[in-house]
Amino acid sequence: MKAIIATTVFGVIMMFIGLMVDNKKTVTSIAAVLMLALLGVNIYELCTTSANSPALMFNNMLRIDHFSIWFNTLMTGCTMLYVLLIGGEIRKVGAHVGEYFALIFFILCGIYLLSTYNTLLMLFLGIEIMSIPQYILAGSDRKNLKSSEASLKYFLMGAFSTGILLMGITLLYGAARSFNIMDMVGVLHSDSLNPLALAGIMFIIIALGFKVSAAPMHTWTPDVYDGTPAPFTAYMATVVKAGAFFAFLRLFHTAFNLLSDHWILIIAVIAAATLLVGNVTAVFQQSVKRMLAYSSIAQAGFMLFAIIAVNMFAWQGMIIYAVAYSVATIGMFGVLVKLKDYTYDGFNGLARKEPLLAFSATIFLFSLAGIPLTGGFMAKYYVLLAVVQQGNLMWLVIFALLMAAISVYYYFRVIIAMYFKQGTPELNSPVTMANKVMLLITCLIVILIGIMPQLFLNWM
Amino acid sequence: MVLIFLILIPLVTGALSFALKGDSAKALALISTTITLALSAYISGQSYLQPLGHPMMFTHSWIPVLGTQLSFVGDGMSSMLCLLTGIVMMVVMISTINKDVERGGAFFGFMLLAQAGLMGVFLANDALVFYMFWELALIPVYFLCSQWGGEKRIPVTFKFFIYTFVGSLMMLAGLIYLSTQTQGMSSYAWEDIRRAGTALPLAKQQWLFWLIFIAFAIKMPIFPFHTWQPDTYEQSPTPVTIVLSALMVKMGLFAVLRWLLPVLPAGVAYWSDTVIVLAVIGIVYASCLAIVQTDMKRLIAYSSIAHMGLMAAVAFTHSSIGMHGVIVQMFNHGITITGMWLIVSMVENRWGTRDMTKLGGMASTAPKMAIAFVIISLGSIALPLTNGFVGEFMLFNGLFSGNEANALTLTVIAGLGIILGAVYTLNMIQKTAYGESVTMVIAKDLSINEYLALAVIITMVLFLGVYPKPLLDLTAGVAGMIAR
Repeated sequence: MKAIIATTVFGVIMMFIGLMVDNKKTVTSIAAVLMLALLGVNIYELCTTSANSPALMFNNMLRIDHFSIWFNTLMTGCTMLYVLLIGGEIRKVGAHVGEYFALIFFILCGIYLLSTYNTLLMLFLGIEIMSIPQYILAGSDRKNLKSSEASLKYFLMGAFSTGILLMGITLLYGAARSFNIMDMVGVLHSDSLNPLALAGIMFIIIALGFKVSAAPMHTWTPDVYDGTPAPFTAYMATVVKAGAFFAFLRLFHTAFNLLSDHWILIIAVIAAATLLVGNVTAVFQQSVKRMLAYSSIAQAGFMLFAIIAVNMFAWQGMIIYAVAYSVATIGMFGVLVKLKDYTYDGFNGLARKEPLLAFSATIFLFSLAGIPLTGGFMAKYYVLLAVVQQGNLMWLVIFALLMAAISVYYYFRVIIAMYFKQGTPELNSPVTMANKVMLLITCLIVILIGIMPQLFLNWM
Repeated sequence: MVLIFLILIPLVTGALSFALKGDSAKALALISTTITLALSAYISGQSYLQPLGHPMMFTHSWIPVLGTQLSFVGDGMSSMLCLLTGIVMMVVMISTINKDVERGGAFFGFMLLAQAGLMGVFLANDALVFYMFWELALIPVYFLCSQWGGEKRIPVTFKFFIYTFVGSLMMLAGLIYLSTQTQGMSSYAWEDIRRAGTALPLAKQQWLFWLIFIAFAIKMPIFPFHTWQPDTYEQSPTPVTIVLSALMVKMGLFAVLRWLLPVLPAGVAYWSDTVIVLAVIGIVYASCLAIVQTDMKRLIAYSSIAHMGLMAAVAFTHSSIGMHGVIVQMFNHGITITGMWLIVSMVENRWGTRDMTKLGGMASTAPKMAIAFVIISLGSIALPLTNGFVGEFMLFNGLFSGNEANALTLTVIAGLGIILGAVYTLNMIQKTAYGESVTMVIAKDLSINEYLALAVIITMVLFLGVYPKPLLDLTAGVAGMIAR
């Protein structure tokens, strides 16, 4: 709870700093310091909360357990990494640097609510707090038409899906006579099933599916991710998505747990469709940035596996997947923002010119493709294991692995361009020592997740 | 404890090598492979002396929640393959001493990493560890082929990578499924996986068989999964071709013996006739294609498919002498084909072509090389008193006495492969070593390091042909266990 307050306060502070401090570098540094402080607050909260008894806050509106704080800590850590790695590029997007960082703090506030909500109203509030700053960030490059288009598109589609979410919540309230997800467990079970509840669940699947860009609710994703300035795409595609997934998981594995027979197959089909659309379309992209947008859809297909499998491995899988995917994608964007040309040809010959950039990009792409000894492998492994344990879904596992093989095709095209093709890539800005150090640290984290995933689970 | 060093030494020196330049990387690689060879010889000696059922083990906890641990075992088959890896790598390093390799640090680094991966595959006693090393062996080879290969290297290697990656992902699905079927907590230990697999009903074993086998079939490769192989062999630089054909294809066969036959006995029994027929088709098909090749590299690539096909067929016959033959022949084939590739690369270096229609008269310009070529080729067609004969005799014995349907017919058809093998191999010798010299200019005979590398190979070919007992004794126990 302290973290929720802290991030709001820090967000407001950043807004004032944006007004008072002119030097963009100083603003970035202050943002990094505040982010570090926020990470500290999270860790403090992690250490002081008892592992077994969750705390109920604000008239049972929030339910803060150890697991959700650990998730918050990891996501704050990823944001910290993001600020350190890409912060320098955020400065170049536009004039209002302080506000960009303020918005990122507010997004984190939304994510904290999404990981601790105990009533559907808080879920709604969290989603909104998380989404509205994103609409602004998407349009932050005001002179660029594509950026404005992305913002408007995202806003309209987002507003529409919010409506559907509210509709679902209303129907569920009608069935369960409560917003409280813990109370719902007692009411929503197969013996006396109210059809309103099923309809409500469908609406919520659609709305949350939109937020996590699951097919067929994914159509906004490529345009929005492509139009948004790359530094912000990096954040929207990673931490924000992980937050939405966590809310999804929390709702379906607590409130709708006993109804799992009714929705598992639906989400399984959605997951299969997401994997198919994401992977197959990514193959045909010519721009790495757009490819990463489709790849984020494909990865969402894998994350949906954690929701399909109602068991302990699903929660662990969600944590590992969220971190592994976020770190690798943030790293990949950290490389991407350094380049002028986002097409595959823009990467030609990068290994000769900037060996370290190429090497770290290779590690991140390995992770995204799920090659062993990287975080991505462990993440995929955990969610697959969870689904195999669930039983009866072997077809989905095999299908997903075939799709993972397709993903190797488009990820490795970047590696081929960097290492085996000739060319002189143009850089946006010189790669500084700090960039190099941060990229190496990010690589180390990716490999650490791949070798010792238990480090990231012991705190749960 | 010694076992882990077999993996660690190449892994660490490989990583170090990236920081070095040309000659120092070469020296490091040579030192590293020498130590690894000595170590693998020591381990082979140990498992030769040790009584059956007490192989060397190494276990260390890794990810307890997943039921996986760093577990390695050095029984007769594992230590034999590690020894093969050690010898082949050593020979490769010796043969590249006097060659200038572009970006040597990265080249030798990747070679050593591939060696580490191979050692891990052969030693793993835990399914997840096995899978990790299976992939780890592939990735350095991908980079080696793509960077130092021939003209069409990028698409060819990419095809090879995707092909094998699809296979290994299917295997991963199978292994995960098996691990969830183990008693109590999920476990990946070989013993637990085996127990879980054998306990499964036939219907489940039937589909699990293909899920796991497809990875091995692609790697070996078995007809019709072989299409990546000739192109990849042709486009790879010779040291990598050696690693691929002498060692990596053995991964597939080894994996069948260790991770398939004991684990899914009912599934294997159900599908073995199918696999044997596919393998025998592959023998004849590849042999026929080998006859019409004019490129030496492609010829040897197809001959390798034929030889692996025979081993794969016998592996599924459930005969104990055949199984013993398969294991022994893995070693022999690895030695012989290394020699073949060395000769091919020497020919290409001297005369600038591998096209047999343009070659000829090696015996008069480079007599020592021609003699070596003839001896190694005779080993390849399994003449008595060469190493190939021992293995091939046991293989045919196994195929004939196995319990598959139409054993006699299949043996006769597979026997055709031997005759065809003699045809294309002798034809190759005739066209290159003898005959009229068309473009062959006067060239130097073997240099010292080439002489040394070939001497190692020829010694092994003749020694194991005359006195195969040590190799047979080393692997007898494991062969008996698998056949049961």
